[in-house]
This record gives sequence, structure tokens and C-alpha cells, in this order.
Amino acid sequence: MNRTLLAVAAIAASTSLNLGASNTVTGSGATFPAPLYQRWASDFKKVNADVMVNYQSIGSGAGVTQFLQGVTDFGASDTAMKDEEISQSKQNAVMIPATAGSIVLAYNVPGVQTGLKLSRSAFIGILVGGITKWNDPAIAKANPSLNLPSMPITVVTRSDGSGTTAVFTGHCAEVSAEFKEKVGCGKAVTWPVGVAGKGNEGVTALIKQTPGAIGYVEYGFAAHNNLPMASLENKAQNFISPSIESAAATLASVKLPGDLRAFILDPEGPNDYPVVTFTWILVKKTYTDAAKAAAVKAFVTYGLTTGQATAPLLGYVTLPHEVVTKALAALEAVK
Amino acid sequence: MGGNSIATGSPGPINRGYRPQSDFFRAACWLASALTIALFVFILGEILWKAWPAINKFGFGFLTGIQWSPNRGVFGVLPVLIGTAASSLLALLFALPLGLAIAVFLSEDFLPRSIRQFIRFMVELLAAIPSVVYGLWGIFVVVPLVQQYGAVLAEKFGFLPLFAGPAYGNSLLTASLVLALMVLPTITAISRNSLVAVPPTLREGAYALGATRWETILGVILPTAAPGIVASTILSFGRAMGETMAVAMLIGNSQRLSWSLLSPSNTLSALLANQFAEAEGIQVSALMYAAVILVIMTLAVNIAGEAVLRRTQRSLVGLK
Repeated sequence: MNRTLLAVAAIAASTSLNLGASNTVTGSGATFPAPLYQRWASDFKKVNADVMVNYQSIGSGAGVTQFLQGVTDFGASDTAMKDEEISQSKQNAVMIPATAGSIVLAYNVPGVQTGLKLSRSAFIGILVGGITKWNDPAIAKANPSLNLPSMPITVVTRSDGSGTTAVFTGHCAEVSAEFKEKVGCGKAVTWPVGVAGKGNEGVTALIKQTPGAIGYVEYGFAAHNNLPMASLENKAQNFISPSIESAAATLASVKLPGDLRAFILDPEGPNDYPVVTFTWILVKKTYTDAAKAAAVKAFVTYGLTTGQATAPLLGYVTLPHEVVTKALAALEAVK
Repeated sequence: MGGNSIATGSPGPINRGYRPQSDFFRAACWLASALTIALFVFILGEILWKAWPAINKFGFGFLTGIQWSPNRGVFGVLPVLIGTAASSLLALLFALPLGLAIAVFLSEDFLPRSIRQFIRFMVELLAAIPSVVYGLWGIFVVVPLVQQYGAVLAEKFGFLPLFAGPAYGNSLLTASLVLALMVLPTITAISRNSLVAVPPTLREGAYALGATRWETILGVILPTAAPGIVASTILSFGRAMGETMAVAMLIGNSQRLSWSLLSPSNTLSALLANQFAEAEGIQVSALMYAAVILVIMTLAVNIAGEAVLRRTQRSLVGLK
């Protein structure tokens, strides 16, 4: 009996030891920019050996929740936080745009290796189920040079809640009243057609595997998997193929407001790719630990400056200069 | 698996002649058992507590609603309930004839004992394969097959609602086929146990009356072992309903009502696995409500299976 008491006492003593170190910064959130943030973390370690940054890609929603609960030092989200979410936060949260990317419609159509153009009416028709075959006249009209097969279209969507879905459906609902009424927009919607996969990687795998498939994924995922991506019609009625350049054109035409939150629903520039989003890092306005505040600031500053050069390598878009300036100014307020 | 929880006769009066320390061991065991029950109650309580806002708001309509649209605050799980039941029942439909045939084969003396042992071992090994591996195998093997032959089925038999096109690779049929393989060891093992437990005197009696082996199996052995086979089926049903990973990877995750086996569908567990991480607000409660339903369904099925299994064991003891 005495021995057990001793053991219990030993366990109690060992748990009261503080193993935390203030130079470890943890963050969690969006999967969309995760490859870039993890790259920043490892690059940052090389120049700041005493700070260890740990980013876990658990999804925007969970990341925001963990950040608001104070579990993590910074959060990351593809969709700008709502005002009520910001007011829920114990510490006043600041949203810093960190990078941007486009969302593409990747496809797998036998005989069509590249060059598919989709008008607004065509891709909305596919998504709401009005267009079911690849050789439908609505698709063929914009693609006279392609030999489109008479194959059923399999729409691939996300099965989990996702910032990618929120941005994509936000654009669709903006350009089509029918889509808005039938599907609506948000992180998780009910699709009238198709199959669904979990995460960008799940959707990518389904498209790759299913002849006749089309689905929305983040640009980097489609590019790294060599999936062909459709050119989409923009507001100026031009067909724009997704690329880092066309996404940069979109960002250049967006005016970022003072709170750094902007939703790009339907950009107006003639060469703008239509579905582009910023993605944000969430930091606290005041940290209780000054060393932690300095470490978070140093990491985000690194991402906004040196780290921007890494972004195109991984399929993300370098932020325009004025956005970086505004973001750095906002970061200054963090203590 | 349920079979090993059967009590082995009454333990008799406890000998209290040990040194006092042994009481500590008894207390520790008692505590561990009590903790198991407490943990179960705690989990159920926690889920109910988190689900309460949704239960309050949607009530019974949650079970009959056909739309699940988190972006509009509309939550109904009927298509998912149907998908859960349909995928599990279909899996049983595929697995039962196969599993029963294997069980009969392994309980007879067609082959030398060592080879039978080997086959039995291999079948039971199927239970050791992780769910995600079944999912991957399904993606690379079953999905292309269903895609290819499903299109033919839809073309030839598309007039039947069950085979209506378009044929998807990730469909109810695909998930059911893989589920069938996953529950095969459960069906085989428990059925074989109950077939082996049939008293040899019954078999000898049947032979003495001039029955062939075939007649003996169909007329005497299988009916005697029937409750055990039923129990194996019910327990497999429970396992199929709760299976998550492989199903989520194969079923297509779509909450739409459809009669077609070739259409994507969804199950309660796959829905939870897919949507929980990114859910917020009332959606969390709705998912918890779905979890409550899943717990109740699997509990009911498992209790039923366990009850039938116990009855079987008792009735067979009487025969000996």
C-alpha cells in the first residue's frame, strides 16, 4: 500500500513539472496554405535557431476554434473570420493576409489533355446537374477545337466542411441566381450531383481516378498532380486559364479595406482569374508572454517578407506590395 | 467479438484465507470494471449533452428530413439512415452465403485438419487488416471494377430503379462489396464455432438413419447451429453499421435519396468522420444527434446478437 502511495505521489510530482518552452510557437488551421506555412516554419528555423514553429493543418474551422480557445498561439483560415467570431475571442484577434491562391476546376476527360474552356453558364450547369454529358452543346460552343466525348460528367466535390468550398460556392452564387437558390454558399453545402472526397487530396484523387470527372481543388494540388485545369469565363467575358500570373492579376485589382478582410467574389479586371482568395493568419493583439509575442511577430514578418518568394514555388501567389505593407503595419500593433 | 464473454460456470465461494494485500488486487479489478461502465455512461452523457440543442430544435423531424445543408441550417438524416441500413444489409447479403459456405467447409472433414486450420487462420486474418487498407484496396481494385461493369449494368438494366444510371465508381455497391469482405471473418468464425459445437451424436444419428452428408448438413447440422449463425449475422450487421474509414473512402459521401445501387450514398459514421472537424455551431449538435442515433442503433444490434448467441450456447449445452 505504501509503495502505491509513493508511486501516485511520484506521478503527481512529475506532472507538475513545467515542460513548456516559450520559444515554441504553435499554430493550426487551414489545410489550403499548410504546405507553404510548414515550409516557412522550416526555413524560419534556419535563420532563427532558437524559435521552433509548429503548424498543424487541421482545417480552418478547427483552427479558428483552437485559436479562440487559446490552445494555439496563432490560427489560420481561408475565410475571413466573422465579426462575431472576433468578438468571441478573449484577446482581440488580428487577421493578417499571408498568401493567396486560386481554386480551379480540374478535369479528367479522355481525349482532352488541355485547353477546356468553360463559360459561366456551362460550369454552373454542370454543377447544378443541368448539363450531364461532356459533349453537351453548352460546353462544345466554347470549345470548337476539342473532340468532346459523349461521356457522363462526374462532378467531384468536398465531403468535409472547407474554406475552399466557401470561396468556390461564394463565386458560383455570385454569378448565378440558380446556383444561389439550389445550392447556396458556405463551407459545407448540399450538391445536387456527383461524389465527394475528403480534403483537397481526396478530391484530387477522385478526379484522377474517374474518367469524365470534374471538380474544384486548390491550384497547387492540381498543378502537382498534373491534372488539366479548365479556363473559366470572368466578369469581362474572357476565358482565363488558372496560373500564378492570372491570380496575381486578380489580387492587383482588389482593394483591401482597413481591417484586411476582403472577399473576392467576382473580380472585374479583363485578365483576372475569377476564383481567387486570400488566406489569413490570426494573431492575438496582446500576448501574455512577451517572448512569445516577439516570436510570433518574427515568424509572420518572415512569411510576409522573405517567405513571399517561396510562395510561387508551391503554387501560391506572392502578395502585392501594398498588401504586404498594410499587413506589416497591422502586425506592428501586436504586443 | 462477442463469443468470449460467456461465463464459465459459477466461480464458487471466494476464499478469504489470503493475506490482506490480495484485497487490494480485488479492489483494483473492481475499480477497473466500474471505470469501464462509468466511461460508457460518461461518453453517452457527453454526446447527449452536446446533441441537446439539435434534439430540441429538430426533434423527430431530424430522422425524416431528406436534406442536409449545413450552410442553410437544414439538417435531416433520412438519406444517411437509409444509406447506413442499405450498405450494411447489402454487405450481409454478399457475405452471408460466402461466410456460411466457408464455415460449413471448415467444420467438416473434407480436408486434413492442418489445411483447415490454415484456411481458418487466413480468413480470420482478414479481421486484422486495418480499415484504411480495405479502403485503399477498394479505391484501386473495386472502384474501377464497379465503374466498368456498373456502366454495363446501367445500360442493360437501367430500367430497374436499382440499376439506374449514371454509374459511379464510388457508390453504395462498392462500399457494400468491401464491407462484405470486412465482416466475412466475423460471420465465418462465429458460424464455424456453432457448427463445431453441434454434438457429434446428432450427426451419427442422422448417418444411422441413412442420411447422406449433404442431407445431414442441410437437415440436421445447420438447423441445430442456426441460432449461432443468426447471431453471427446480427453481430456482423453491427460491425458493418459502425464501420467508418473504408466506407467514407468508397461510398461517395452524398446525402441524396436514390434507389440505385450505382449511386453515391452516405452512412452515419462516414458523415461524422467527414464533417466533424470543420463543423461549427448547430452543425456540431446535429452531428452529435446523428452520433446518438448511431450509438443507439449499433448498441441495439449488438445486444440482440449477444442475446441470441447466449441462448444458442445454453440450448446446445442441453443437447450434450
